[in-house]
Amino acid sequence: MKMTKADIVERVCENVGGFSKKEAAELVDMVFNTMKDTLSTGEKIKISGFGNFVVRSKNPRPGRNPQTGEEIMIDARKVLTFKPSNVLKTILNS
Amino acid sequence: MMPFHCRRHEASSVTKSELIERVAEAAKLTKGRAELVVNTIFDSMVDAMKRGEGIEIRGFGSFTVRHYKAYEGRNPRTGAPVHVAPKRLPFFKVGKELRERVNGAQVAAPPPTPRKPTPARDQATGRQRTPRLREENLSEDVI
Repeated sequence: MKMTKADIVERVCENVGGFSKKEAAELVDMVFNTMKDTLSTGEKIKISGFGNFVVRSKNPRPGRNPQTGEEIMIDARKVLTFKPSNVLKTILNS
Repeated sequence: MMPFHCRRHEASSVTKSELIERVAEAAKLTKGRAELVVNTIFDSMVDAMKRGEGIEIRGFGSFTVRHYKAYEGRNPRTGAPVHVAPKRLPFFKVGKELRERVNGAQVAAPPPTPRKPTPARDQATGRQRTPRLREENLSEDVI
């Protein structure tokens, strides 16, 4: 089973009174969009009890096309990493 | 004043309470209401992972719970053997739209239609073509 945004919207509707389904859906979208906008500027996000989203810069490095064996240069780039909090790790293993 | 030697990449960070403030402002909600919404979102995600379920948020990314077997490790400082018990860890895979935005690509909005085949210009450089191709064949990557 995979949880989707629709399931989260459902939970928001149940937990937080006074929103229609549509409004709750817009709010959930807004939260994720705010996170995306924040991360796009290179800022990190720390959610206590959940984890940290961090943008890391990668240096260029030589790589290889595994299919052809051809050597290529992998460009410098920025990647997003997630480090789960210890609280979350403990919850998953209890 | 922040000392110069502080840290090399002093990226500013946003905490949950700042995220709540931004959402409250954008949605014209009280902070209390926004807090309830944001907390509910993360609580529901934690609950899903507790049940062993994955989470998929289009345009953002997906979370899965990975299982790790027990293994004999070592204390890197003393070299003493250590038993590591089996464990479950959350794993986050960034979605295509966010991955591109983080990397500085101008992505105005998530594409509403299914993607087109890899553009031909990739053939010219061959850069990262294979990984991208492989990813496109996996349905879970269309996040």
